[in-house]
Amino acid sequence: MIPSFALRSAVIAALMSVTASHAGTVTVITSFPKELTATYKAAFEKANPDIKIEILNKSTVAGIAFVRETAAGQRPDVFWASAPDAFEVLKRDNLLVAAPDVDNKAIPAKIGNYPINDPQGFYKGQALAGYGIMYNTRYLKANKLAAPKDWDDLLKREWFGHVAMTAPSRSGTMHLTVETILQGEGWDAGWGKVLEMAGNSAQITERSFGVPDGINNGQFGAGPVIDFFGLAGKYSGFPVEFVYPALTSIVPANIALVAGGKNTAEAKKFVLYTLSQAGQELLLDPKISRLPVLAYSSFGTKIPAGYPDPQAIVKRAKVNFNADLSEDRYSVVHSLFDQTITFRLKELQAATKAIHDAEGKLAGKSNSQAADLIKQARALAFAPVVSSSLAGQKDFLKVFASNKKEVAVSKQVTGLEESWNRKSRESYGKAIELAQQASALIK
Amino acid sequence: MAVMPADALSIGRGVRIRQFFGASWRSYAVLAAISAFLLALLLIPVGAVFITAFRDGDGSFTLGHFATFFSTGLMRESFGNSLYVAIASVVAASLIATPLAYITVRFQFRGALLIQTLGVLPLIMPPFVGAVAMQLIFGRSGSVNLLLNETFGFSIPIMQGLTGVIFVESLHYFPFILMNLIVALRAIDGAMEEAALNLGAKGWRLFSRVVFPLALPGYLAGAALVFIKVFDDLGTPLVLGQTNMLAPQAYLRITQVGLEDPLGYVISVIMIAFSILALWLSIRVMKGKDYSTLQKGGAGIVRRKLSHGESWLAYSVIALVLLVVLSPHLGLFLLSFARVWSFSVLPDDYTLANYATVFADSTGMITNTLLYCGLAATIDVVIGVAIAYLILRTRIPARQWLDFAASAAIAVPGIVLAIGYLRTFQSFEIGGVPITQTWLLIMLAYSVRRLPYALRSCMAALQQINVSLEEAAEMLGASKWRSVRRVVIPLMAGGILAGFVSSFITAAVELSATILLVVKESQAPMSYGIYLYMQSISGRGAGAALGVLLVLTVAVGTYLSHMLADRANRNLEHAR
Repeated sequence: MIPSFALRSAVIAALMSVTASHAGTVTVITSFPKELTATYKAAFEKANPDIKIEILNKSTVAGIAFVRETAAGQRPDVFWASAPDAFEVLKRDNLLVAAPDVDNKAIPAKIGNYPINDPQGFYKGQALAGYGIMYNTRYLKANKLAAPKDWDDLLKREWFGHVAMTAPSRSGTMHLTVETILQGEGWDAGWGKVLEMAGNSAQITERSFGVPDGINNGQFGAGPVIDFFGLAGKYSGFPVEFVYPALTSIVPANIALVAGGKNTAEAKKFVLYTLSQAGQELLLDPKISRLPVLAYSSFGTKIPAGYPDPQAIVKRAKVNFNADLSEDRYSVVHSLFDQTITFRLKELQAATKAIHDAEGKLAGKSNSQAADLIKQARALAFAPVVSSSLAGQKDFLKVFASNKKEVAVSKQVTGLEESWNRKSRESYGKAIELAQQASALIK
Repeated sequence: MAVMPADALSIGRGVRIRQFFGASWRSYAVLAAISAFLLALLLIPVGAVFITAFRDGDGSFTLGHFATFFSTGLMRESFGNSLYVAIASVVAASLIATPLAYITVRFQFRGALLIQTLGVLPLIMPPFVGAVAMQLIFGRSGSVNLLLNETFGFSIPIMQGLTGVIFVESLHYFPFILMNLIVALRAIDGAMEEAALNLGAKGWRLFSRVVFPLALPGYLAGAALVFIKVFDDLGTPLVLGQTNMLAPQAYLRITQVGLEDPLGYVISVIMIAFSILALWLSIRVMKGKDYSTLQKGGAGIVRRKLSHGESWLAYSVIALVLLVVLSPHLGLFLLSFARVWSFSVLPDDYTLANYATVFADSTGMITNTLLYCGLAATIDVVIGVAIAYLILRTRIPARQWLDFAASAAIAVPGIVLAIGYLRTFQSFEIGGVPITQTWLLIMLAYSVRRLPYALRSCMAALQQINVSLEEAAEMLGASKWRSVRRVVIPLMAGGILAGFVSSFITAAVELSATILLVVKESQAPMSYGIYLYMQSISGRGAGAALGVLLVLTVAVGTYLSHMLADRANRNLEHAR
């Protein structure tokens, strides 16, 4: 088809757009922002002039699909992202290389109760991140809200419609936050809090970045956000603040070698660099603002004043995180959240509003009948549709962990989800009725 | 009557077409080529992914997942919501587009070309930044609501709930109707209007009984596009947090990390089936009606002069509409110069740093966007004209299915198409280089995803041309190919241009397939660059700056192609 060799190579060169790939090129797939990746690329290339780093930014989902659908030998070399579940998926599909030799021994094994590295050595913790509350000071002032300090502040009546959050099924870190609350408060009380906070939310955003983004531009007042988004917003001059509540989880963002990559040998050097003292110090750059996995003692005076200390935060936290429990009920927590909160947000918001209204009317008055009705309404609206005893049953959890491609499994799971969805809708409806009855009783 | 009654002509005409355009071997060759294109670049890759919807755990065939879909209340609710939003958006988009199109074509009007170019801008809503800009203007704490709240003490929740989705969708997609309607109105034979005037039709009656029906192919082409696009649209509902619609339900399931949920693919298959059904219905409406007029390209409908008062009114209507539909772009423009913009009517302070950042690291992306989108849109109009010709001018069996197959692309989520490409073309090479490492797949994905837009415009354009013109050319000795080249294509030029522009513009803002298919930053188009910036808070201004450059690039391209088309039109008139 293409006549001469010269033309053919010209066409290929054009298709490839410039140079054939560099001999010493390491390709890194990441969901991290440009400031972070560019800093690492520059620093690493300076230390290793014969190796070039090619950064390929993809959302976590697109990144997994890209690795999976590319032939071995053509794949990128390094996968670098936040969500711990993404690495579990890659590991399960045999797309990662175990590299026990790529390690910095000075990095502690655990943060609180959570292992920093994969026990089998398939992926490594590279930085730490914790969830906290980010808020927009201008928004708070305009709406006469006090600055929140703990999750409970976001449940208050005056916060109705001012909160935003993302769903655990959309963000691995949000999943760990919900799980932390569930473990810290217990299943029922924990869900109560999550439901109440969601009831106060204006939106459950589809991207986890949607929450910090909306708080930055003043669309939302406050919400649970990963620390570096909050801190980076503040350092960029936005009128936002960030606080760690008492009940929080600190989890590692990870890095791993991809199986079937083009240049695994040199990729190891890059991974090693990100874990080294020099690589860890880059995290303290205000544009990046992430927490190192390396213990603070090895940094000497380099840690800026007032910089959060993850080990201290974890020590302060009331919860002893159980990673196995979290993994066992992983899918159930996702489904329950989506079916009763994400997909029924309108009804949950209405129920929350009705309860708040009734409570507002009752404030400072005594009406035991109304108080009782409000209590019933709360019990209906802010209780999980799956009881804690059911959530502890192995058989029940197993259904959700099975392969949904099987029609029988899919039918069973979808049937359960359907019943949760319907049940929560009914509960929210009844809660509204009860709260309105209570309001009518109060003179 | 302007519209020739169906039964009066249909019998004679049917016979005539069959005799005159016996399906030649050439038509079959074109049919085979287009089928191969659609098969290789749409049906096989997408099938490779969608097969999950029809498979049981052990790999055997099943329809069980579809049964699950229909027995789920949430799915029925989502379907109802999607349908409601799509219909309401068509109505709202028509209300915006029709006056704009009518006023600019019908009256002697300064700056009609400018208005027609500006009217297309809403289609160029760059990914992410478009949504941010929209929130900054119309959102809960957007400029409009902050101003309202300061002055009057209330705000309008226009960006909330399904109403918010309808609002944004109709602002975003009304240009599909506008473009096609303008082309159709221009193509109307002035003699029809004169005849109606002579018979005493005036004003509203003239418009509703003669002018609008004659422009119906163009209107329907646009309206069908808006309906299908909105029905299948993912971005807007997701940004506004509306999950209980079909496209978001499919997307949330397909993109959940670690779980492969067949229901996501089932929803996608059902969306495709429904989109084809909608298309089929819109074709049914047109069936048995002949909208072609003979005297094309000559005297169009009369351009009336406006009296002083009327022209004042027309200008105000247009200014108001443009102000509303272009305010997201105004927001984008401000954002690109803003350092910090948060909970205030206007940004706190302004800077040029965002543009400096963009020019420092992403100029190559502009070239890439022009290259990929230009090629993709060219492929689209070539295929669009060929399909339109096969459907309307030949009797080749199953030709209608080309239209349905090509249009199905609109309902395929970009991420599904991209996964299908990677899976299907994994082991293909061009001269030793794996095809997945080149930008070829990005360009082809654009051409497949945007083909439906070009196709609708080409179909509408050909529907308005009477077959007698080609017969005349052939009787005068022109070969079939010559008559297509010298008669049909020049007469279709307006529609082809509208098709090219809509493909080009919408390809320029494509993101979901792009993210997956980009393998090197040097190959990335502008939409990817915007995505990259928008991953971080400090990148938002730079993302907006790149968004402004994208809008400008595409707008200049659109304006130039309108100019070219106008010149070609004038040459045609002179030649007469």
